[in-house]
Amino acid sequence: MKEQQRVDWAQIAANPKFVDLHRKKVRFLFGWWAISTIIYVIFLVCANLAGKLFAWPVIGDINFGYLAILGLFIYCWFIAGFYASWANRVADKITGDLIEELKEGGM
Amino acid sequence: MKKLIVVLALAFTLLTSFTTLVPSPAVAGPESYIAQTVVGQTAKAAAPAQSAPAKVEADRRITITIFCIFIAFTLGIVYWAAKRTTTTGDYYAAASSITGVQNGWAMAGDFMSAASFLGVTGLISLFGFDGMMYAIGTSFAYVTLLLIMAEPCRNVGKYTVGDILSFRASPVPVRATMAFAAVLLSVMYLVVQMVGGGKLMELLLGIPYPWAVVFVGILMMIYVVFGGMIATTWVQIIKAGLLMGGGIVLFLLMASHFGFSPRRFFSEVVSSKPIQSWVQLVLLKQPIAEPGFEYGRRFLEPALLQKNVWDQISLGVGSFLLGVAGMPHILMRFFTVPDAKAARKSVVVAMILIGTFFVMVTLLGLGAAIIVTPQSISAVDKGGNMANLLMGHLLGANISPIVGDVLLAFLCAVAFATILAVVAGLVLAAAGAIAHDVWTNIIRRGQASQREQVMAARITSCIVAIVSIVIGIVSETVNVAHLATLAFAIAASGVVPAVVFSLFWRKMTTTGICAVLLVGTVVSLVLVLVSPNMTYPKIVADGAKVQITSLEKKVTNGQTLTDKEKGDLEKAQKTYEANKDGTSIMGLDRPLFPLRNPGIVSAPIGFLAAIIFSLLFPSRREEEKFDEMYVRQTTGLGISQLTET
Repeated sequence: MKEQQRVDWAQIAANPKFVDLHRKKVRFLFGWWAISTIIYVIFLVCANLAGKLFAWPVIGDINFGYLAILGLFIYCWFIAGFYASWANRVADKITGDLIEELKEGGM
Repeated sequence: MKKLIVVLALAFTLLTSFTTLVPSPAVAGPESYIAQTVVGQTAKAAAPAQSAPAKVEADRRITITIFCIFIAFTLGIVYWAAKRTTTTGDYYAAASSITGVQNGWAMAGDFMSAASFLGVTGLISLFGFDGMMYAIGTSFAYVTLLLIMAEPCRNVGKYTVGDILSFRASPVPVRATMAFAAVLLSVMYLVVQMVGGGKLMELLLGIPYPWAVVFVGILMMIYVVFGGMIATTWVQIIKAGLLMGGGIVLFLLMASHFGFSPRRFFSEVVSSKPIQSWVQLVLLKQPIAEPGFEYGRRFLEPALLQKNVWDQISLGVGSFLLGVAGMPHILMRFFTVPDAKAARKSVVVAMILIGTFFVMVTLLGLGAAIIVTPQSISAVDKGGNMANLLMGHLLGANISPIVGDVLLAFLCAVAFATILAVVAGLVLAAAGAIAHDVWTNIIRRGQASQREQVMAARITSCIVAIVSIVIGIVSETVNVAHLATLAFAIAASGVVPAVVFSLFWRKMTTTGICAVLLVGTVVSLVLVLVSPNMTYPKIVADGAKVQITSLEKKVTNGQTLTDKEKGDLEKAQKTYEANKDGTSIMGLDRPLFPLRNPGIVSAPIGFLAAIIFSLLFPSRREEEKFDEMYVRQTTGLGISQLTET
């Protein structure tokens, strides 16, 4: 713990790389969370209020409702994959650079 | 090495389930009657709600053999884990040595429970489309875990949620309130699982309910007390593998029944006579069919179970999207991996597994409705919990009777394994809150030695397990389903706002954290107590009254009643007399709050409470410490202090 107390966290928090990282992260994470929530709520509302739409047989007897459910599962997979690739490409890279810089600065 | 163990476990179980095939005449039970009755029923088709088999019983010997192998193998893991559990880091967080993929399986296992494999399939087989809402809800729950919780929790947490909250707040009040909420949540959810597990064992193996609960309870106690998080994680991983394997086998069998054609599958749902009469008579309660109305198609459309749109949203957003992300036993999973990258990976793996599993579940549910028929499923168990098992038995028996028995026995054994694995995780979460937050950090002020801390954790696990066994036995006849609703509501409106605000909002303070936890708990509790989840005798009496009037009208019209109707009349009169002056536990005639799921109201109140109380009681010290927390939760700096003990 002793070593920890010497770290000036406020200084790191003001580091441009950190500001960039946290802004990108918050925007991505809460943005996609909000989008997911909106999609999910629209689905829930439609399930109750747009019975006609959900009953529409699209492929043979497979109706729109079941395809919507499948679509949501696929959306969840998409979010998982998209976030993983974004984090590996963008967030981890900036984090790595930042930690590198801090180490050089003698942390 | 660890991957090898999993592969061996799977191979071993499969192998043994095949070896049990060999002495076929000796093992073949007398219960092939189910298959016959069920097949007979399907053939009768058009006739509405026939009398169906009253129970399903797995071949005891095969089930117990498979289950014993599972127990023996997992106890082996417990022994192996116990030798490796010497520090608190080992006990609570498996020394943070679990890999992302392994933890992903374990996380998926937490929600691939008996409730989802048996319960959700059952709901789909009885209510069609609306049952699928539960499947997709669970999948979306992981979006919140992935985007908001996973990495920050790993970066600043050590063993419990209390660690995250007390990072910059005053430890004593925050840990105490969080421990209270965590224990409440975990024990509630635990009781639901225990009661469900006990009833399942009673139904399938004929073991008396109290013994079944004691049996499950003692096993979970052994896992947790000796093996800690290492054993709990591995039991969860193996179980997830078995459940996934069992699900895939069942799914392939079912798909081959329909020639692997989705179009044919859905057209059989629509044209199934039993499903049509089920929708018409039981779900829509129309004694006379509306001409031209396609009741089979209606089964694939929403609003057969959930008719209130607000309840639908409340269930989806309150319980799933927010609730799951606040369950301590799920959040604790993030502390078993070494870094944020692994935490992220584990949720990604869990989402892939959960998605695959639940897509199968949606189809299995519909398949069970076609093959077993909703009438037979609800005759065996009102909640539909036996749908998968009945279908497995039937499809297996199509190949050969013994295959049906083995498949049924295998699925039963997997169902018990899932209950065991889930309850073990819950006990550990509750014990962590008491031993780590209350004992070590409040009572002993962090001065306890490693040995003492591990001992405290083990003793607490023991106590939690015993308490839940007792509550489980007492609750046999009580309806515990609303406890799960309540647990998710408290998680959504107390734990989630507390964690999210303290991670992301500079102005969150000790008072805010304690206030949101208490307000969230109290509001959820009150709303559930005055909701339609409770029993309202006057409403029951009203229902009986309607039945009495219609039967009496028949008599006054000069019709004679059949014996069954006479019995119904007498029963309805008794129900009416017993309930007409009664009130609910809260002394109410009617529910005050119209929704079954309080999330949509309680979660916003929780978030507001957090904001208001933090702004009313600001703390400069805590605001100044925010920079450290924010840097650490975003970058993972200083994580080595948390993972090394």
